[in-house]
Amino acid sequence: MSTTETLAAPPQAPAAPARPSYARAFWGLMLRDARLLRRDLFSFVVRTIMNPLFFVFIFTDIMPKIGQNFSGVGAANFATILVPGLVAIAILFQGIMAVAMPLSIELSGTHEIEDRLMAPLPIAWTAFEKIFFSVFQSILAALVVFPMVYFIPATPVHVQVASWWLLAVVIVLSSFTAGALGLTIGTLVKPQQIGMIFAVVVTPIIFLGCVYYPWALLRRVKWLQIATLANPLVYVSEGLRAALTPAVPHMPAWAFLAALVLSAAGFSWWGIAGFRRRVIN
Amino acid sequence: MPQAAIEVENLVKRYAGPGGGVLAVDGVNLRVAQGELFGLLGPNGAGKSTTIGVCTTRVRPTSGRIRVGGVDVAAEPPRARAGMGVVTQFRALDRGATAWENLYFHCRYFGWPAAASRRRADELLAQFQLADRRDATPEAFSGGMAQRLQIARAVAHRPRVLFLDEPTAGLDPQSRMAVWDLVRGLRAEGMTVLLTTHYIEEAERLCDQVAIVDHGKILVCDTPARLKQSTGAGAVARVSVEQASAELEARLRALPGVTEVEPTAEGYRLLAHAREGLAPAVAAAAQGFGLRDFSVHEPSLETIFIHLTGRELRE
Repeated sequence: MSTTETLAAPPQAPAAPARPSYARAFWGLMLRDARLLRRDLFSFVVRTIMNPLFFVFIFTDIMPKIGQNFSGVGAANFATILVPGLVAIAILFQGIMAVAMPLSIELSGTHEIEDRLMAPLPIAWTAFEKIFFSVFQSILAALVVFPMVYFIPATPVHVQVASWWLLAVVIVLSSFTAGALGLTIGTLVKPQQIGMIFAVVVTPIIFLGCVYYPWALLRRVKWLQIATLANPLVYVSEGLRAALTPAVPHMPAWAFLAALVLSAAGFSWWGIAGFRRRVIN
Repeated sequence: MPQAAIEVENLVKRYAGPGGGVLAVDGVNLRVAQGELFGLLGPNGAGKSTTIGVCTTRVRPTSGRIRVGGVDVAAEPPRARAGMGVVTQFRALDRGATAWENLYFHCRYFGWPAAASRRRADELLAQFQLADRRDATPEAFSGGMAQRLQIARAVAHRPRVLFLDEPTAGLDPQSRMAVWDLVRGLRAEGMTVLLTTHYIEEAERLCDQVAIVDHGKILVCDTPARLKQSTGAGAVARVSVEQASAELEARLRALPGVTEVEPTAEGYRLLAHAREGLAPAVAAAAQGFGLRDFSVHEPSLETIFIHLTGRELRE
């Protein structure tokens, strides 16, 4: 027990503290986040399912019933195209909801993060913990959304997982990208600017994220097809499309995998640098 | 010389900004011995918080060498943090977590196992009289309770050095006393404490050593008792008059035992050798000059501050 360890040395002979275990401190931060997420699970689920729930309900259940069907692409109907797209949004959104928004508030207003900043591990690890924990949240979000987009549509959904490995790698890389993007936004944006971020960043990311259409079809609007390559959500959607609905046209695996690795690494670097700048003067 | 708990040598901190930035700390030297309760006293903006920020690894020094618990804070921030507890000015408790969880997870961050962390959290809640608030979140806490929990959390991992940045700012007098008692208790257990304050009384009554800080420099550093003696004055008188005049100033200066007369906003401040006879002498001297009010008291740290800077601390 630690009492004996820490009180053994008399105050006259102070020993410099031993090098702390970064891994244990990191684990402590994870445990704290897990406890708070568990307490907040209901609101987590609600905020995660509302958008995809209404989307699939209106576009793939109600619209076909009232005769406003969207034609699909080749053999695939609109419901099938939406499956990877809506899961992609759920994953990417966690980065904004679970990392960017709380971090922005903690850094600028409540300073709640102070105690974690004093934990005995490098600041970069504390920042990385934010990304790492959000990976689990994104995966959880994907698992919550998938059954909804699979079971609700009135039209049949064609999901076919050719490679579970590819699916797992895409989900993990996408979740990292989401968390890292969240960290970057959270360290750059003041709480009062969050609303504007939704308008000018989140909205275009979603609508130009190949959520509602496959990237390949944008070839008819060439400039847009090229412009969307700057949007990380495109690679999440296309990666999931390749993994879940391979019958729908999608990017080659090397392309979305390379882009996801680059975005995850790039935003991690940017986000961690931003975090350091915010918490150390 | 035994190793000090906190050693600050030639600390300079310049914040980047237009026009060469702001020089917040301008060559501070500090040595806080093991088990000492050390206070940095000074007005807002004097550089106290920046000094604590550097010691606690949150502000990077422009130059200087800082060791806390024998660890160079700039070279090994995580290891330095392992040996210190910190209470910032922000009242920054984890609001989504209960009081107990604030303590429990803090221990986990410092590598404590689950069972030991649980015991420590229980023990601290009892010790800091927060046991009945165990499962409440700090949003509902009064300022005094929140501050007790912050201090409990800061010492949860049994650090050897505790930093308190303005620990009683904004607290009611009763909560302030409670915090003082807690800090005294920690010192009695052998904790080294460095605190900042702009309350004269806090520095005088709580601290073993006080450094008076202004404009990023330490002006003097000694025990409160010796600092008070350092002006050579045994008494201070404040004189408030309708209108200041050179004649009155000369009269006051000529009073027996008076060593110094400084003009103030209301009138004059006198330093004298002794209290004895000062009051009637001042009253007689001010006769006919519209004397409004006057008081005679013992010199305090504020006397020293005014003496050194020409300004009052409470501004």
